[in-house]
Amino acid sequence: MKTKNNSLAHLTLTETIKGLKSKKFSHAELYQEITDNIESQNSELNVYLSLNQKALAEAEKKLETPLAGVPIAVKDNFCTRELPTTASSNVLKGFQPQFESTVTRKLQEAGGVIMGKTNLDAWAHGSSTETSDFGRTLNPRNTDHLPGGSSGGSAAAIAADLSTAAIGSETAGSIRQPSAWCGTVGLKPTYGRVSRFGVAAMASSTDSPGPMTKSVADAALLLNQIAGADPRDASNSSQPVQDWTSFLKKGVKGMKIGIVYLDIPGLEDIRSYYEEVIKVFEKLGAKVEIVKAMDPQYAISVYTILQRGEVSSNLARYDGVRYGNDRSAFGEEAKRRVMLGTYTLSKGYADQYYVLAQKVRSLFMEDYQKLFSSYDILISPSSPGFAKKIGATEGQGMFGELEDMLLEPSSITGLPGLNVPCYRDPKTNLFLGLNIMAPMWREDLMIQAGQAFEEATNWNTWQNNN
Amino acid sequence: MSNLAHIPLTSDEESVFAKQFDETLDVIQNLKELDVSKVNPTHQVTGQTNVWRDDVPQPELSFSQKEALANSAHTHQGYFVVPNVFGQEGGDEN
Repeated sequence: MKTKNNSLAHLTLTETIKGLKSKKFSHAELYQEITDNIESQNSELNVYLSLNQKALAEAEKKLETPLAGVPIAVKDNFCTRELPTTASSNVLKGFQPQFESTVTRKLQEAGGVIMGKTNLDAWAHGSSTETSDFGRTLNPRNTDHLPGGSSGGSAAAIAADLSTAAIGSETAGSIRQPSAWCGTVGLKPTYGRVSRFGVAAMASSTDSPGPMTKSVADAALLLNQIAGADPRDASNSSQPVQDWTSFLKKGVKGMKIGIVYLDIPGLEDIRSYYEEVIKVFEKLGAKVEIVKAMDPQYAISVYTILQRGEVSSNLARYDGVRYGNDRSAFGEEAKRRVMLGTYTLSKGYADQYYVLAQKVRSLFMEDYQKLFSSYDILISPSSPGFAKKIGATEGQGMFGELEDMLLEPSSITGLPGLNVPCYRDPKTNLFLGLNIMAPMWREDLMIQAGQAFEEATNWNTWQNNN
Repeated sequence: MSNLAHIPLTSDEESVFAKQFDETLDVIQNLKELDVSKVNPTHQVTGQTNVWRDDVPQPELSFSQKEALANSAHTHQGYFVVPNVFGQEGGDEN
């Protein structure tokens, strides 16, 4: 990490807003440091695909707004009128949207400034950011390793202090897994909580935009701004927006927590770190039990079928006629997924695969409902291990699905989930993440627990005692 | 499958993808082990159905003709120019 710990670029979103509003420092000073960081690190890390040259000018007009003109890095699958939107694919290289996504519109109306668009696995199909058509992003914690994906650019922007806050999207792990691999906070809201309007569609039944930040408080603050009903998105919910920052101090005393997926084969090397997590929560006054959930191996299959079916339909619009380049420009991963999706939806196979997958999704929903009748929240490892090395995805047809196995059950059922760092290896500087899951619409519970865990431990890079 | 999905492939790509498909199809067979006799499919996890709006024009949410054409490489007098599909089998220019 090259940023000095006392620099403005190292401040959290919460601290930055406070500092700007109390005139402790100016926008010019803040943006200078962030721009310096970008200039010295972006060509190596490949975090940003495009940068907003007018960021400072926009910021200086926004002091009297909730977000006070802070820079926010946005994953490049969100349509932005002022910056190109490529979804990291050659099919959309040079594409300039004629409309703004709801999330980026709301952020800007609340006083945020888009610093730039961040790299992702092309079309968000992946868990590494190695399958971008514009080169891989590196993990700022250890550049021999990958940042995870598909929102790897946004996670890396946070880890390297190249932005004060960031936005990503999750279909099955794409916010939480790169956050785990980069040692940052990632919040996947309940499906339907945040509008998908203007986000390049992947799996329409699970895609969820969400904040990727330096702390739990930052994630709550951003969620306040981006959540809410939107008539432009028919799957979006009219559930009332809460003030999620009001839950930060509630603690976990008396909370019933179930820890799942610890017995999954392959997790033996990291299990002990999660046993330490249990001790932290117990010391804080929660009751933690190890509990069995439906095998996430089945979620891999459900997700594989649903995602590829929905993506084959969603990518059909990219015909190279009305906009974009032609379909031969699709990368390998996109081609693979579209073809498999078309197959599983085609006549004679839809029942065998797509409908079956939808039924197994119902089984997962029932399983979680049963668990949540006994526990307030569920926790698990976010990832089966540490960030993988560069090149790990080559030749792998299902890399992402296997890496995201522990997150897929909550993604396909629409549950909210929050990743917080829960261990750092001093030899490699790589992190493990804790996945905190809550019932539908109960982001407050996971924010409450995430904050308590963050305060009680030293894994957060941006906490004052580090 | 490549024709059905309108995805142009080289013959090398065809053989690599064919093998990967077989591997993926093997993985997803495990769903057949489960008893789904008592559940319905879940298409939409929020439980919402038929979210309608009034059938009236919403100019603030619509493109002007200029905006709609802005990203096309080939336009002519306000039209999109599409590849010639006449005289091809099945109308498939690939």
